[in-house]
Amino acid sequence: MSAMAASPKPPATRKEAAVSFEGAAVRLGGRTIWSDVSLTVAEADFVAVLGPNGAGKSTLIKAILGLLPLAAGTGSVLGRRPGEAKGRVGYLPQRHGFDPGTRIRGVDLVQLGLDGTRWGIPLPGTSSRKRDAARVAEVIELVGGSAYASRPIGELSGGEQQRLLIAQALVRRPKLLLLDEPLDSLDLPNQAAVAALVRRICEEERVAVLLVAHDLNPIIGYLDRVIYLAGGGAVEGPPEDVITSETLSRLYGAPIEVLHASDGRLVVVGQPEAPFVHGDRHA
Amino acid sequence: MPEAAVFQGLSWNPLTDMHQLFAYPFMVNALEAGTIVAVMAGVTGWFMVLRRQTFAGHTLSVIAFPGAAAASLAGLPLAVGYFGFCGFGALALAGIAGSRRSLSAESAAIGSLQALALALGFLFVSLYHGILNGLDSLLFGTFLGITTEQVVVLLAVAGAAVVLVAIAARPLFFASVHPDVARAGGVPVAAMGFGFLLVLGLAVAETSQITGALLVFALLVTPAATAHQLTARPVLGIVLSVALALAVTWLGLALAYFSIYPVGFYVTSLSFGSYVVVRVGRALGRRRQLTARLALEAA
Ligand SMILES: Nc1ncnc2c1ncn2[C@@H]1O[C@H](COP(=O)(O)OP(=O)(O)O)[C@@H](O)[C@H]1O
Ligand SMILES: [Mg+2]
Repeated sequence: MSAMAASPKPPATRKEAAVSFEGAAVRLGGRTIWSDVSLTVAEADFVAVLGPNGAGKSTLIKAILGLLPLAAGTGSVLGRRPGEAKGRVGYLPQRHGFDPGTRIRGVDLVQLGLDGTRWGIPLPGTSSRKRDAARVAEVIELVGGSAYASRPIGELSGGEQQRLLIAQALVRRPKLLLLDEPLDSLDLPNQAAVAALVRRICEEERVAVLLVAHDLNPIIGYLDRVIYLAGGGAVEGPPEDVITSETLSRLYGAPIEVLHASDGRLVVVGQPEAPFVHGDRHA
Repeated sequence: MPEAAVFQGLSWNPLTDMHQLFAYPFMVNALEAGTIVAVMAGVTGWFMVLRRQTFAGHTLSVIAFPGAAAASLAGLPLAVGYFGFCGFGALALAGIAGSRRSLSAESAAIGSLQALALALGFLFVSLYHGILNGLDSLLFGTFLGITTEQVVVLLAVAGAAVVLVAIAARPLFFASVHPDVARAGGVPVAAMGFGFLLVLGLAVAETSQITGALLVFALLVTPAATAHQLTARPVLGIVLSVALALAVTWLGLALAYFSIYPVGFYVTSLSFGSYVVVRVGRALGRRRQLTARLALEAA
């Protein structure tokens, strides 16, 4: 286990694996999306899930959530089968932008993360109601959303919506946070700010984070591990081992070059999109 | 029969006029039925507008028309036709929503269902010539012809529907605004959608008996849409939606009692009027905010 300099972790805390998959595969509509995927995400790890469009990154998140069954192999999430630890897993789905007419307050959305699965109507003014409201306010403060949480979500910017959705995913104090492209459609300063926020949450709340990203660069400085999906398979490991020309070329089955720009950014060159790799889909 | 039940017209004395409103049993039944329906329509309508299912709701109300016509044809109580057809319509709509190829395919399928319902209604009306007299009330309501037994049925159905919505309120809200996360958290999102359409079918069947198939929207959509404009708070929104539905029903009934125009006209116009006032008010408020901001930036 080697972690990047950004966050050395004492090995003593690595008891429970947040996620572990062994030889896992997912089939959708008769097609194998990926197979023979083995990975381990340790407690409070910050892990990026990378790969081209259609490689099966969202599919991996849904398999961890237990929304999609494994066609082969085994999986365990927080020591239980996928889908059985719902209360301790926070989730932010891909492309959830609210249109401008959406008349729901941010604070109600965060509240839903806490009590949206409970039946019946809560009595106002009870102590549990007050506790819930305090927790919602606390987690909104944590993501820096107090100034706009009571406005309708549709009127907020992409970055503000994203922060409140992260608050929603965090409100039940999960041990595992699954964020599907949370930096998508944000401008560069907001990408950097949200990435830094997630890193801080990961450390302060001791949550394991799986963050799906299209572009590695906004998060490269924060990562413990990388899961790279491509060509129907995956490699997992520390970023400096995975993001190399040799590993990615092997994964894609095509020559890939990883360039180190002078400002520390990584550029992956020659990366074909997934349909090319699979060779089984065309328009 | 109450002795005081002699129609005197509007006296402009509020006490006398209030007294008059409650003098006739048919008015008492109308007020009771209107109150029951308004509460149910206010609650269900708020969720319907939230879920953007007004087109589905409108289709259910169109389906209520052949339901009532079929019941007349078969010599059954109208309620049987309303509830039977709306329940069946809810099943069909849930099937369409479940297959969900795309949003445009879904609305096209709903539209086709609506056309079929109108055609069936027309067929039943033609088959049973006698009903032509009653066509008006099938389409535009029988506010003033409600019997005491009907009020009891309405109360039972509305009570059941409101209790169901109350039990499912939070998961339904979650599934409506954020289905992916709700599903991941264990909310049975598809079942909620199906269950809600059934409750909506009940609400439409019930509202149709009062307002007729065509004016259902006056109580089911417009007050709820106005409430959504007025506030983004869920609990307050539902309360406002119910309050508006109650206000237009009561006012509409009172106005119709003292004038020659039908109840449906007043209820519809009042709810539409309140919607327009709120929309215009919000637009003006936004303009003022914008001007203030521009002035601030210019300063
Ligand atoms: N329900 C489904 N049936 C069949 N194929 C699917 C289904 N959902 C997704 N896919 C396919 O699975 C592949 C992986 O999708 P996804 O996990 O969303 O990719 P990513 O998130 O990496 O862009 C895509 O090629 C997509 O077309
Ligand atoms: Mg995806």
